[in-house]
Amino acid sequence: MSSLDLARWQFAITTVYHFIFVPITIGMGFLVAGLQTAWYRTGNTKYLKATKFFGKLFLINFAMGVVTGIVQEFQFGMNWSSYSRFVGDIFGAPLAMEGLLAFFLESTFLGMWIFGWDRLPKKIHLASIWAAAMGTVFSAYFILAANAWMQHPVGYTVNEARGRAELNDIFAVLFQNTAVSAFAHTISFAFFTAGSFLVGVSAWLLVKNREKAMATSTLKLGLVTVMITFVMIAVTGDWTARIMTEQQPMKMAAAEALYETTEGAPFSLLTIGTLDQSRPVFQIDIPGVLSFMSTGDVNGVVEGINDLQAQYEKQYGPGDYTPNIPLAYWGFRLMIGFGALATLFALITLWRLRKNELPKGRWFLPAMISMPFLPILANSFGWIFTETARQPWAVFGLFKTEDGVSPTVGAASVAFTMIVFTLLYGVLAVIEFKLMIRAIQIGPEVIDTSELHEEVELGGDSTKKLTMAY
Amino acid sequence: MELTTFWFVIIAVLWIGYFVLEGFDFGVGVLLKTVAKSQAERRAVLTTLGPLWDGNEVWLLVAGGATFAAFPEWYATLFSGFYLPLFLILMALIVRGVAMEYRSKYGDEKWRGRWDNAIVISSFVPALLWGVAFANIVRGVPLEVQNNVIEYTGGFFNLLNPYGLLGGLVTLSVFMTHGAIFLALKTDGAIRERARVIATKIGLFAAVVTVAFLAITVTAYNDKLEVYGLAAIVAVAWLAALSANLRGREGYAFLYSSIALTFAVITLFSALYPNVMPSSLLETASLNINNASSTPYTLKVMTYVAVVLTPIVLLYQGWTYWVFRKRISAAQIPSPESGVLDFSKLPK
Ligand code: HDD
Ligand code: HEM
Ligand code: HEM
Repeated sequence: MSSLDLARWQFAITTVYHFIFVPITIGMGFLVAGLQTAWYRTGNTKYLKATKFFGKLFLINFAMGVVTGIVQEFQFGMNWSSYSRFVGDIFGAPLAMEGLLAFFLESTFLGMWIFGWDRLPKKIHLASIWAAAMGTVFSAYFILAANAWMQHPVGYTVNEARGRAELNDIFAVLFQNTAVSAFAHTISFAFFTAGSFLVGVSAWLLVKNREKAMATSTLKLGLVTVMITFVMIAVTGDWTARIMTEQQPMKMAAAEALYETTEGAPFSLLTIGTLDQSRPVFQIDIPGVLSFMSTGDVNGVVEGINDLQAQYEKQYGPGDYTPNIPLAYWGFRLMIGFGALATLFALITLWRLRKNELPKGRWFLPAMISMPFLPILANSFGWIFTETARQPWAVFGLFKTEDGVSPTVGAASVAFTMIVFTLLYGVLAVIEFKLMIRAIQIGPEVIDTSELHEEVELGGDSTKKLTMAY
Repeated sequence: MELTTFWFVIIAVLWIGYFVLEGFDFGVGVLLKTVAKSQAERRAVLTTLGPLWDGNEVWLLVAGGATFAAFPEWYATLFSGFYLPLFLILMALIVRGVAMEYRSKYGDEKWRGRWDNAIVISSFVPALLWGVAFANIVRGVPLEVQNNVIEYTGGFFNLLNPYGLLGGLVTLSVFMTHGAIFLALKTDGAIRERARVIATKIGLFAAVVTVAFLAITVTAYNDKLEVYGLAAIVAVAWLAALSANLRGREGYAFLYSSIALTFAVITLFSALYPNVMPSSLLETASLNINNASSTPYTLKVMTYVAVVLTPIVLLYQGWTYWVFRKRISAAQIPSPESGVLDFSKLPK
């Protein structure tokens, strides 16, 4: 493999891995903050129990989000130095803003929250988790604006003499509709992911007949979150799709494996076949849906791959402008499919819960155990689709991925670091997973109610035992 | 001041923040098993870092992001050039972060012992390598013009020259001393006593290597008069820190060692200026604040952002240091341990 292929694999592995933890952090931060607020308002200890229990799971996840993020920050310089040179004037700005505005907020206030139970007055302690949660959202916004610029570059001119793109409108970069819609879609599925996590864990506790009061509340909270956010995902996804069709028509054509330009194009639910223009063995079509998704009109015209390829050759010179079609086709469907499956499980559970009972079938426990994983799969496929169907471009229409690698870093170096990262990530995944499972199995701690009503003074009382120590 | 110079200063400030703050994190990590003998002591030592370390590490992330935004050529050349050292640092930071967060999630001695070893090693590696990296930047590395861009052509072993390694010893020993002083300030009882003794011992060693390093730096890799003065401030502040530590004035000791670190970074950046990465081969292949920088527009945008946000960050980060200012002693470590997963309590 060339250093290009290896650098791409390395980027894909480390980024998809980072993004396993990211949506859980974003969504759970707010849900835990909400639970703690419920405790603060009502004084009901079941909410405190839930805050501490899900807070612990949240922290196990957060640690992995942080350490995998550090690699991301430097990877552009290490493996993609030509890319960094070309785009740095534009792309670096949101990254720096993310650090200054979001990472400081996140890390500082989360530290306050973890160690602040006996150091901060209740109100300030509660405010600290909200501040940390806000930090995760800011972080998402800036990094998605950077990514959106790669999907649809705006606010720049190309300086031929210096061989780079230069920023001339920061507001265009930060607030273009590509960024706003990606952010809306991302926040929706982050809450969806966290909601599913809550549902899975709570349902498991209920099936095992434990912590009834707490787990019933958190199960309901999770189910409602999943139902609401699925609607938001669909709405924002539809909006994203329309923007994408306009800005990157090839991506939409690839998502449907649509070779010929078609009027009133159908959306195929699934296809058995090779997706290479030969007739499929088997296909389920819903008429008009693709046209509707891309243009807002069931009879709208959707451009096909062959026409687009010809058009791009004219525009950008000879070359292959077609991404990996099966990956795009299946990535798009699996994204929606895994999300829809989780929603279906949630819907059935919610339906049964109106009589205050859980579904009885043998499918129920496995379904609930799969709940936290389904959105993770959907998220991974969503990104794999978004990023691979943009190829061969790193910055659409402007800069090719193959031109982005570091010329001075040899294939052996990239291979070495990729193997070590992957091994380390594998080991950490096992450790994280075990810790998470154990924490769930052990369940919430017993709350010592004798200390609950004391007001804590700022800075804490150094004659007492600490409530939290490493 | 030109915006490019302003951003050179900002990058220096970010590295000062990083070295002063994560410097003591690394020092405490390396010394973990030396200053703390019992389980409760180790937990007390790590808890002094608990609420702070992640916020401290963000200084590095922002330094990286700000370099990307303000000096993309520097970001690209530095991180693709120093590929393997940076990779080792990243590995260490990954392991270290996980070790800090996971070691006390579970009470088993073996589990904790392994993570303790991980903390010692993963604090040692970056503490050493940052010094090697910075010494090499100041010394100049093989940079050549290839296809119109300036690239690092030196390889890994080129970085392991005597001056570079001396730089590594400087950061390692200085961070260890700084960490010991921090512990003396933040703990009580036996840990505090041990930390003070260690601070003196390693601090003297650090004084010797630092003076040697600075002497070489100002004479061989510097053409400015004021840099002599800056290096002298580092030496004086360091001796003041050691003497305050001997007298048991831990607050002052920490203040002085922080000043010494601050001026050490200022010395290095002043020796560099206006270069950001001098080439050891050809003067014209050096990266400087002009040929590495972003456009004036981008620098202007980033200046607004930095001027508004940096004071706010300093305020709230400073406030956390104030909230967690009290000393921690081993006697305060909860037992039976709350917040720890007790696997023996698994319901059947
Ligand atoms: C949509 C959201 C999102 C996306 C696309 C990314 N991240 Fe991320 N990142 C987060 C959302 C996030 C977060 C929610 O803010 C994290 C996750 C867990 C956490 O601790 O914070 C985080 C952590 C995190 C950290 C550690 C921060 C700390 O120490 O507190 C860094 C350095 C990065 N990320 C950098 C990146 C880069 C350079 C990315 C692009 C390749 C990237 N992330 C993709
Ligand atoms: C965290 C969510 C993300 C995931 C899961 C993800 C996933 C991927 C994947 C799978 C590829 C490989 C495509 C290919 O090579 O065929 C890729 C490429 C790329 N992505 Fe993303 N991405 C994410 C976010 C981002 C963001 C936020 C940025 C920039 C700010 C970004 C920048 C890039 C770049 C530069 C490439 C080109 C390198 C390559 O082809 O591997 N990605 N991404
Ligand atoms: C309900 C129907 C859905 C539609 C119509 C939809 C649409 C889209 C589209 C068009 C994109 C590509 C954006 C681009 O490349 O510019 C995308 C990306 C993505 N989707 Fe969806 N999606 C849906 C459901 C979901 C679900 C259920 C999840 C996860 C739970 C999900 C997660 C993602 C992720 C992680 C990305 C990549 C990030 C991004 O570009 O914002 N999507 N989606």
